[in-house]
Parts: sequence; structure tokens; C-alpha cells
Amino acid sequence: MCRVVDLQQAVLAKNDATAEVLRKELAARGTAVVNVLSSPGSGKTALLEGELLLARERGVTAAALTADLATENDAVRLARSGLPVKQVLTDGLCHLEADMLAGHLHGWLAEDTRLVFVENVGNLVCPASYDLGEALRVVLASVTEGEDKPLKYPTAFGLAHLVIVTKTDIAEAVGFDEAAFRANVEQVNPGVDVVLTSARTGAGTGVLLDRALAAAEGTAVHMPVMAQARA
Amino acid sequence: MHEMSIALAVVDQVEEAARSHGATGVRTVRLRIGELAGVVPDALAFSFGLACTGTVVEGAELVTETVPGRARCASCDDEWAVGMPPRLICPVCDRATAELVSGRELLIAAVEWHDDPADPRVREPISQEG
Repeated sequence: MCRVVDLQQAVLAKNDATAEVLRKELAARGTAVVNVLSSPGSGKTALLEGELLLARERGVTAAALTADLATENDAVRLARSGLPVKQVLTDGLCHLEADMLAGHLHGWLAEDTRLVFVENVGNLVCPASYDLGEALRVVLASVTEGEDKPLKYPTAFGLAHLVIVTKTDIAEAVGFDEAAFRANVEQVNPGVDVVLTSARTGAGTGVLLDRALAAAEGTAVHMPVMAQARA
Repeated sequence: MHEMSIALAVVDQVEEAARSHGATGVRTVRLRIGELAGVVPDALAFSFGLACTGTVVEGAELVTETVPGRARCASCDDEWAVGMPPRLICPVCDRATAELVSGRELLIAAVEWHDDPADPRVREPISQEG
């Protein structure tokens, strides 16, 4: 005998529920998670090195968690800021999930922490599908990656609250077409801000920190069109 | 490839539902996957075969229905297929006032199962004669 049952259940319902609980728990104590996504080598660690140093200088209680398949190199770099840093080794997994982040934060994150920067696994496909309970999702692209990156990875760029261009100090040398890049971002995520940065010159450093602090204070972030409908 | 994680989540939820409905085997799992969900149906089908090994879902057929991405303009009420890569600016009035109507679905729509404990997979017995 056979039966058909209409389930209509979201596949990622468990992850989304865990993420929502984490977001609310953290918001209740004034903490915001910043989920940082990009391809490998776009400059997530270099960007965060600058933001963490600045946070330290300004007396902002921040921490960082960095995820990689292997090595603790990124944690070593970020820890030079003097702020609490944790390396997460994913054992080959290509992304972080909400329960993994919650587990890593539990018992490690100091109660008075305002900002937690999460450097996701370098990958523009898989991490895009997983809500980590972040207050701010940031997607990076370096000037060397091509102006069409937002069109090639529409889910990642389409769900960003903020887009950051890195390595702008070499933009001219590599012929980066800023207007084309902005138009491509606008196509998949109308209205999202695009910020230009260079970790080498320090241009744009602090923008992410300010946006993250605003999010921690409850200021509304940009709402991507793609984030509106999620059955 | 995160399709293995997705497949494990599907199997987990179908198992749970099977338990609560007293089903002993699953014949078909129907998914609805939006164009903008960031999931590759072929990769998911491959992962699904592995993820259900040893569970009540083992042997089930995975049927996926792709849901096209559609958006509606809040200003001029035009509705359009967003395509891939998606165009989320209104093609008629060129304004950034789109609302996504569909395309982000990642749903277990329906499950078809057996509930005969004597013969969970309804396999024909293999003849031992001749």
C-alpha cells in the first residue's frame, strides 16, 4: 500500500531555525555576527586584519572566527590584532553551518563582545545557502577577479547586505572596470552598497567596522530582493 | 559541493516524517528547487543516493522540480522571468523596486511511502526455480 503525503518542508529549516535562535540570543546582549564570504584569495583575511586592528584601537570588543579546510595560518594573522581569534578547521566541509558556529561560540565568546567577524570558507557557492545567524552578510570581490563575478555567483552577491571590492590599489594595473562591476552587482542585488577598499593603502578601512557596529546597535541593514522570498 | 549537506538534511527530515507516519519504506521524495536556490539538482541526486544508505529512505527515487525565478515590480506591477544570471531590475520601468515571487525554494514538497511492514519496498520475489 502506498501513501503520498504533502510535506512542504524547507530543506534547510533546521539550519535556519538554529540561525534565528543564535541571532536573537546574540542581539539580546548587543552582539552582532558579521559573515564574510568570498572566493579563495579575495582578501578576507587582509581586510579583517585592518578592521580588527582598528577595532582594538577604538576599544571595540570584537572577536574573529576563521574557517578553513586546513592550516591555522589565518588565525595566526588575525590574532596579531590582540583580539580573541579562533581557527575552525572544517575537515573538508566547504562551508559553515549555524549549529557549527553556535557550538564554537558557546563557552568561548566573552559576554561583552560586540562584534564577531566570521571569515567563512573561501567559496562563493556553498556558504551562500547557509544563514549563520549573522546581522550583516558581506561579500568580497577583488579587482583581479573580473567584473562579471556577481553574475557568475548571483546567489552569493544577491544575498549580500554589503559588497566590498578589495585590492583597489592595483585596479588600474589590471584594468578593473568599476562601473561595469557596480552595474553587475545592481542587476542581482539592487540598492546594495559597494565599498572600495585596499588593505595595502588602508583605503576604505573602517567602513566594515562602522557598518557592523551599526548593525549591532540594531540599525536596519539593506534588504536584498533575493532574501525576500525563501520558502 | 554542499549538495551532500543538503541531501543529509532531506534524508533526516524524510526519516523523521516516516517515523511519525508509521511508514516502513519510501518510494519517492519530491523536491522543489528554485533557480536561485544555489543547488545543483544533478549533484543533489548523486548525494541523495549516498545519504540514504542504511536508512528507511534507501532505494527511494528523488524527483526534483525546478522552480523558475520570477519577480514583480512594485512600481509598475510588471512581472517577469528573472533568468540566469537573474535580472532583478524592472525591464519595463528600469527601477530597483522588484519583489521576488519565486525562485528561492528549497522544499521537500511531498513523499510517497509504503506502510506495509511485511514488504517495505514492494519488490517482486526472485524466483528460485528453473
